[in-house]
Amino acid sequence: MQLPIYLDYAATSPVDPRVLDKMLPYLRERFGNPASRSHSFGWEAERAVEQARSEVAALVNADPREIVWTSGATESINLALKGAAHFYRDKGRHLVTVKTEHKATLDTMRELEREGFEVTYLDVAADGLLDVARFAESLRPDTILASVMFVNNEIGVIQDIVRLGEICRERGVLFHVDAAQATGKVVVDLGALKVDLMSFSAHKTYGPKGVGALYVRRKPRVRLEAQMHGGGHERGLRSGTLPTHQIVGMGAAFQIAQSEMATENERIRRLRDRLWRGLSRIEEVYLNGDPMQRVAHNLNVSFNFVEGESLIMAVKDIAVSSGSACTSASLEPSYVLRALGRSDELAHSSIRFSVGRFTTEEEIDFTIRLLTEKVTKLRSMSPLWEMHLEGIDLNTVQWAAH
Amino acid sequence: MAYSQKVVDHYENPRNVGSFDREDQAVGTGMVGAPACGDVMKLQIRVNEEGIIEDARFKTYGCGSAIASSSLVTEWVKGKTLEQAMQIRNSQIADELALPPVKIHCSILAEDAIKAAIEDYRNKHPGHGQTASEPQGTQGSAVRAAA
Repeated sequence: MQLPIYLDYAATSPVDPRVLDKMLPYLRERFGNPASRSHSFGWEAERAVEQARSEVAALVNADPREIVWTSGATESINLALKGAAHFYRDKGRHLVTVKTEHKATLDTMRELEREGFEVTYLDVAADGLLDVARFAESLRPDTILASVMFVNNEIGVIQDIVRLGEICRERGVLFHVDAAQATGKVVVDLGALKVDLMSFSAHKTYGPKGVGALYVRRKPRVRLEAQMHGGGHERGLRSGTLPTHQIVGMGAAFQIAQSEMATENERIRRLRDRLWRGLSRIEEVYLNGDPMQRVAHNLNVSFNFVEGESLIMAVKDIAVSSGSACTSASLEPSYVLRALGRSDELAHSSIRFSVGRFTTEEEIDFTIRLLTEKVTKLRSMSPLWEMHLEGIDLNTVQWAAH
Repeated sequence: MAYSQKVVDHYENPRNVGSFDREDQAVGTGMVGAPACGDVMKLQIRVNEEGIIEDARFKTYGCGSAIASSSLVTEWVKGKTLEQAMQIRNSQIADELALPPVKIHCSILAEDAIKAAIEDYRNKHPGHGQTASEPQGTQGSAVRAAA
């Protein structure tokens, strides 16, 4: 067993070796520009790009013509939200999203607010799930778009995209779904879902970083205003020379996900459940997010009375994240856990474990032993643990904020 | 977050972890910080009849820098008089541990913990040295405002 152990697959995953093998020829002899129409180098690259488009579309049961290549989920989300808001601005100025969305959505919404749009940020319940009735109530006659993530990046909960989509379609509101954490983990059937726009990333699903896609529904047709102008690539929606090798990698990664996800997720679920059984033997640990309606890969746990950053430092033999990767440089507790109504102590004490394709049982058992030992050590140094053992309710203490 | 060698050393081998009986007349207890901010430090000093700090203990909930800062000050206050211990400045702690700017608050908290422990001790011994202000405590814990 090699240390450190990687348990941060929700941050990014390694490129599957089978994916890399398919990518390499497109950096070497098949280097052509897929937009070159006058020679075989271009034709060959174009064929590869279209093959990959079919593979990505197949995983989510879409038409290949509905897939637009981007640089990743962040760009897809920007294009979906800004593109739709700008195109439909005469129809209305109101947008709806959720407080536990990824920053790519929240920051784009903030930008749209600066442009004069009005945004409603919905709360979630303590289990991380969005209340469907409250979502329906938030839609107004002037609402043009709602955006909800399929699978939460921090706590792994799965929102009810089926019902949310039906409500949006009924009310004539465009529905965008951030599916960066969903591909290969849950079945995504765009033939059945009433979703108009969906954002994808390659690197969360064993593909390369730097490539993603946006699904744009054809029937009923969704229009977007382009955010990137240039050569008119991707039917004018996203200009820029296509990175053939990256796109081939995304296609290969999604093709593997499609053929293997059923068996892979069962194996991963067993490992994740084994991890939770081991960790839940420690006193005062709390699972964050709904235990059932979540992806098999994710385990988000708060170790009460232990501070997250020092815990991460104590367990440097495993690669995990405290809060979300994007905010772990700051001292703020996770905004997602705060939105669940978790106390400050619990929000500060959380660790996200995400299991993946290359995780072994031996690694899981090592992780359980390591956490048990280090949590015990840090608690022996924690004044909060001492107060807890003395029977003092920390909520009754008047702390002085600093 | 890249930590200095000294922070890692104090974090992995913390000095003087533990607790004294807070009701002991020779003990001064300072508890500073708040769980909401991710740091709570408890520093205790044991003062002999000559007014010299002869021993110290800490417990800290916080990041590696907070643990290292409190571990370090338990070493520094030992053998000092209360007046000398009052002179310890957060900048000295930050320099010794090479704390990055985002972790300076840990050293400020450690300085405050020393002051809170001394104040608690002085409140138990009115008339000895400077008089201190009213104690601010809840359920016997001296929780004080930090900077």
